[in-house]
Amino acid sequence: MNVKLRLYVIVILLMSLGIGVIVYKHYILGFPLLPDQKKAVWSVEARIDFTARGDPVIVSFALPPQTPDIIFTQEEFASPDYGFSELPSTSGRRAQWSKRSANGHQTAYYRLSMHEVDHAIPSITNDLPTEPKKPEFDELHKTAATTLLDQVRNKSANTETFTRELITTLNSGAPNQNQSLLLKEQASEDYKTQLIIDLLALEGISARIVRGLYLQSNRRKQSLSNFVEVYIGNEWLLFNQATGKIGKPKNLLIWQSGDESLLDVIGGKDSKISFSIIKNVQSTRNLAVKDNLNQQATLMDFSIYSLPIEQQNAFKMILLLPIGALIVVIMRLIIGIRTSGTFMPILIALALIQTTLISGIILFLIVISIGLLIRSYLSRLNLLFVARISAVIIVVIVIMAGISIISNKFGIDQAMSVTFFPMIILSWTIERMSVLWEEDGPREVLIQGSGSLLTAVIAYLFMTNRTIEYLTFNFPELMLVNLAFILILGQYTGYRLSELYRFHSLDRRNAPR
Amino acid sequence: MLLASAKKLRSLGIIGMNQRNFGLISRYNPRHLYPLVDDKLKTKLLAQKAGITVPTLLGTIEFQHDVKLLGKILQPYEQFVIKPTKGSGGKGILVIIKHDDHQQYFKPSGETLQLADIERHVSNIISGLHSLGGKPDTVMIESLIQLDPVFADYSYEGIPDIRIIVFRGYPIMAMLRLTTHASDGKANLHQGAVGVGIDIGTGNALHAVQFGETVLHHPDTQKTFSELAIPHWDKLLQLAAACYDMTGLGYLGADLVLDRDKGPMIIELNARPGLSIQVANFAGLAPRVTLIESIEQIDPDPVQRTLFSKKHFAQNNANNDRAMPRLERTRKADR
Repeated sequence: MNVKLRLYVIVILLMSLGIGVIVYKHYILGFPLLPDQKKAVWSVEARIDFTARGDPVIVSFALPPQTPDIIFTQEEFASPDYGFSELPSTSGRRAQWSKRSANGHQTAYYRLSMHEVDHAIPSITNDLPTEPKKPEFDELHKTAATTLLDQVRNKSANTETFTRELITTLNSGAPNQNQSLLLKEQASEDYKTQLIIDLLALEGISARIVRGLYLQSNRRKQSLSNFVEVYIGNEWLLFNQATGKIGKPKNLLIWQSGDESLLDVIGGKDSKISFSIIKNVQSTRNLAVKDNLNQQATLMDFSIYSLPIEQQNAFKMILLLPIGALIVVIMRLIIGIRTSGTFMPILIALALIQTTLISGIILFLIVISIGLLIRSYLSRLNLLFVARISAVIIVVIVIMAGISIISNKFGIDQAMSVTFFPMIILSWTIERMSVLWEEDGPREVLIQGSGSLLTAVIAYLFMTNRTIEYLTFNFPELMLVNLAFILILGQYTGYRLSELYRFHSLDRRNAPR
Repeated sequence: MLLASAKKLRSLGIIGMNQRNFGLISRYNPRHLYPLVDDKLKTKLLAQKAGITVPTLLGTIEFQHDVKLLGKILQPYEQFVIKPTKGSGGKGILVIIKHDDHQQYFKPSGETLQLADIERHVSNIISGLHSLGGKPDTVMIESLIQLDPVFADYSYEGIPDIRIIVFRGYPIMAMLRLTTHASDGKANLHQGAVGVGIDIGTGNALHAVQFGETVLHHPDTQKTFSELAIPHWDKLLQLAAACYDMTGLGYLGADLVLDRDKGPMIIELNARPGLSIQVANFAGLAPRVTLIESIEQIDPDPVQRTLFSKKHFAQNNANNDRAMPRLERTRKADR
């Protein structure tokens, strides 16, 4: 009993450890549980052009802030012959290119690859607003502003509706005199933003400018869009300054917030900035692996992913073996199928993975039957046992070579994959079956042969299932769960399915008393 | 019905392979004792030391280069059996009933072999063809067992043997294995030998099966089994029970034979006896195992133990158990 208890404790430990790691990897590290999940990866390129005047040049450019819901997979800064540094500033990161002297047309690039996170943990920002700075209007503008604000105030209930109303009024199709005066003719986006912020300041509301980039597939020469962010009730709310809509649009990448300029060029003129965007689709799993390797999560540092690709591929195969072993355990202990050699079916299944199912089975049967024929002749030659099995190995190789060459002549490519079958295992199978034939007759050979093949095919079907393949490789912890299952199956003392047939004649007997 | 219901089998106390491996073999048979029974030569020497009758050892061959001496070793004997010492399930056993001066050897089936054929067989055995895991093996040559006239009508080209399951020293179930034409003279149930369940109390036949189906008479000799009774039954039970003291194995299958001249003897012990005996007896092992497991102090005297077994496992003791197969028989005969 004590032993049993200990076993169950081990089983539960293995199970919870395995499942725990899987849950951690799925929810925290972002590994998807299914192989086909895809995610959009955005590549954004900012191009800065300006004309240098031969003086020392400093280009300072605001960089997008890193937020928990976005992962930057790659950032690149390129500009020939410029010194470069990345500087933190009060309102976010800035890139700085510098050069002692430059002349003529200059270009600098900033490239960013990024994707969104599924299960983002919201971080608490201690991003408090500064006291609104009262704008300096001349008398005329001040009167216009006050009138407009009174008008808007009447139509609103709180800060949120006030802001929205203000923006829609300023954007209305038929502006009245006051609005026209404030907006001027053909005011730039920046001017409009500043006007909204100033008007809000007059009302005593803290607001700031936010510049963002709409992520749309394959766009070139894009520019940043301006938004107004208003501090309402302990959080910043984003307002679209063209429509008054509240909240961050789904595909908006916030590039910069606050008063600081987007781009400063010292020692140059005609500076201009343009963005191009490319959308790529990548498998979520690849992204998760890359991100976590970059962040050096401990679990990843000591995982299969840290191995070279070649070894990883080898492990892809090796990690499938426990599934095969589980199938063999079930087939033998629960179903009661007899196989020739305990784990021979797994090796056959591995070979089938390489050869594909139908052609693999046909090749297997051809090699085994030719082998049995030749082996029956060898047994008449009066050979010592080791010599005979060695002879069988050579015979198997000759058969394989024969099949490959002949099928190549006939143009059947698939038959050439015969070489994937493990030769030693095939030879042993032939030897065993031939002895079995001599001692127990062809019936037993047929039973064990088809039992092995059936087990191999079932193992093959499981091992080639895309989801299983994906899970075993990306969640090697599943092996622990598998191990726990096998330990439990090792305790199974009930009848095998085959025994229900074996003892079927006893079914007629009445139970005693 | 093709499949029995698991519930029914459980109520009959039928033990399955998993239960046997887990609850009996791994529990009662310590691994280190296996070599005593897996090596038939060791078993034989052990039995001789314990005063248990075994077939006479005529010679052994351990090395390939001694194979050429085979002709000389076999010369004096008219009849003999060649066995691998580590073979299992009757594998690699060659029986010769006659040989003449022209080096012609005859199998019971009448097939003739040359000395070269026998040499090849012996060399195969030494190479480990029939042993577990292909380990090098030794050949032993034994005297041929003479068929007891009791079995003359119940056997075809071979010697029937008696399998007795001994659990913690107590014989709990017995079966007679009769060779048939289908089994090629071998006493191996899954090759077509007939298994006859034997009443532990009396040595009388209870029920017979071939290929898992009830049979009423021997398929080759047509002799009905109801008249079959095994002589020297007490002696056979005692021999089997003594094997427990000899080997220490708690769950043991003892294979015995009746020799016309020398009487009961042990030919082989098995640490992993099969479960077909339950089909032959039309009864499950589990209730008997449970009864023996409930004994706290095992009687050191094999004779006392057989008396206990005879008292508890006799068929007429277990009320209507005996009536059942008979009923079955008449119904089948009517059809």
